[in-house]
Amino acid sequence: MQVTYLVKRLNPERERSPRFEQFSLEVGEYDSVLDGLIKVREELDGSLALRCSCRAAICGSCAMRVNGEPRLMCKTRVRDVAEDGQVKVEPIGNLPVLKDLVVDMGPFWEKVRAVKPWLEPPPEKPEREYLAPNEAMREVVGALACVMCGACVSNCTVWEVDPNFLGPAALAKAHRFVADPRNSDNAERLKQLGEYTGIWDCTHCFYCVQACPKDVAPMERILALRREAIAHGYTNHNGVRHSDSFAQSVKQSGSLNEGRLAVESQGYLNLPALLGLLPVGLRALRAGKMPSPFHHKRPGAAHVKRIFEKVEGPRS
Amino acid sequence: MKYAWYPGCVSQGGCPELYTSMAKVCSVLGIELEELKGAACTGAGVLTERNPELADTLNARTFAMAEQVGAPLLTNCSTCQGVMSQANAKLQADAKYRARVNGHLAAEGLEYKGTAVVKHLLWALVEDYGLDNFKAKVVRPLAGLKAAPFYGCYILRPTKALGIDETPARRRYLELLIAACGAEPVDYDGKFKCCGFPILTMNEKNSVNMVGTHTLDAKGHGAHCMVTPCPLCHLNLDGYQIKAAGMKGQQINIPILHLPQLLGLALGLSAKELRLNHHIISTQAVTALAKA
Ligand code: SF4
Ligand code: SF4
Ligand code: FES
Repeated sequence: MQVTYLVKRLNPERERSPRFEQFSLEVGEYDSVLDGLIKVREELDGSLALRCSCRAAICGSCAMRVNGEPRLMCKTRVRDVAEDGQVKVEPIGNLPVLKDLVVDMGPFWEKVRAVKPWLEPPPEKPEREYLAPNEAMREVVGALACVMCGACVSNCTVWEVDPNFLGPAALAKAHRFVADPRNSDNAERLKQLGEYTGIWDCTHCFYCVQACPKDVAPMERILALRREAIAHGYTNHNGVRHSDSFAQSVKQSGSLNEGRLAVESQGYLNLPALLGLLPVGLRALRAGKMPSPFHHKRPGAAHVKRIFEKVEGPRS
Repeated sequence: MKYAWYPGCVSQGGCPELYTSMAKVCSVLGIELEELKGAACTGAGVLTERNPELADTLNARTFAMAEQVGAPLLTNCSTCQGVMSQANAKLQADAKYRARVNGHLAAEGLEYKGTAVVKHLLWALVEDYGLDNFKAKVVRPLAGLKAAPFYGCYILRPTKALGIDETPARRRYLELLIAACGAEPVDYDGKFKCCGFPILTMNEKNSVNMVGTHTLDAKGHGAHCMVTPCPLCHLNLDGYQIKAAGMKGQQINIPILHLPQLLGLALGLSAKELRLNHHIISTQAVTALAKA
């Protein structure tokens, strides 16, 4: 199959901004995008910089973006992604480019280190090995599959605007230890993870879930950490108030009351934040689109309330 | 052509202009809507995060109502679409889980049989109505208007539940509809990204930064307006744009249209009928072009 590779190139020693270079080559029906890149390097341009090793989706070194989507290049077939015979390859995003398709993974590792990626067993030692029930380990196994490739970080919409965000891979790693029944310092970990840069900063954009080649589903782990943090009593957070207010509104009326949600998420006692809502609220009022404070019940609201009570129990 | 219409909370709350323009556009196109008045909120992902079974039950209830109407569900919100698509995929794939969820619905005399089809107006127009049929109804081609598509996360990812793995073109429908209106779609980095709405109360700085980044990106590529199938994206991109301009230290002023508003203009509806005067950022730049 004849294809055109559009490869994003940058040699920081010689140029300031990246450029796309075009290569025409013949690839086999089952060739991966990585096979093609290696062919380019070996036959067309020996100066092309890229990282790879295992060629079997194990080492995690070949994450790049193909036609905009972050993937492992050795696990992606050319024929599955080529659009009109064209394959656009770029380095993964949100990390500094060292050369061509090679990025500096430094910030990535820094964040993984920041979540304390090791087990903290209880001080009293068991007589033999630590025992963990099968059921509990099931949660952990998914995240253990992570090959630290950085694909999930590439298009993370929060990392893009705030490089301090711990990000999907590190937070998935954090969950791996919090969910491990042999770990003993969950309260401390969850407290730290609940702060700025942590679990409540994720926008729920699904990019990491979509990108991960190992089905780690980092966003789902982040949501699990939020539930865990609430279960540990860390409830003094806008994220928790937001979720509570949302649930109450739907439970009582069948639908969402955005006006109430905005106020209750800040907390009724948080005067500065409530005043901060005012300009936006006033602009909405002037445009005639302020949600009415008299929130009407939908028909069937009683039905919805019964479902809440049945599934959630009386708690919510 | 008939649909069981699920307008969603936001078009009945913070974005009344969406409800009106959606109803008007469907009427001009001859699409019959039977509104599901008693349907509950999808949970917008927030309830799924708290308690997946609860959210799936509320959505199964809506699906059961649509089965009673005997028509596919029609949404006008990317977030509703995404949450429902994911719930439906789960309920359809797992009969045992569906039976369990139906157990919660039984007391209300409802049962979800697993046959619901959920389509956003965006998909319904391209896949059911047909672009050519739509073009035939265009009386005011929006020539000269450059519109930047902004999809919203929930209608893009995860691709499996949204049927995008089988129909990858769903990631291009906004561009197709913009072109069908006679306008020019603008390509830019931000179209598949997040508007920042979900973290507005948790981290306003990052949320507003996203608004500024994407609106400036669209504007920098020559767009006169942005068009979104998601009212939550609209709320953030429109409502927080002035704050974002302050943060970025730059004028932005780019109108954010709901998808039916853009369609309505091309179909000859007036700015007033589409309630284009109910935006925070003035839509005059668009309505003036549409008049010319
Ligand atoms: S879901 Fe959260 S962590 Fe994952 S890419 Fe989006 S913002 Fe980042
Ligand atoms: S979570 Fe997935 S995408 Fe992210 S580093 Fe691990 S394997 Fe790669
Ligand atoms: S080369 Fe090792 S994962 Fe691709």
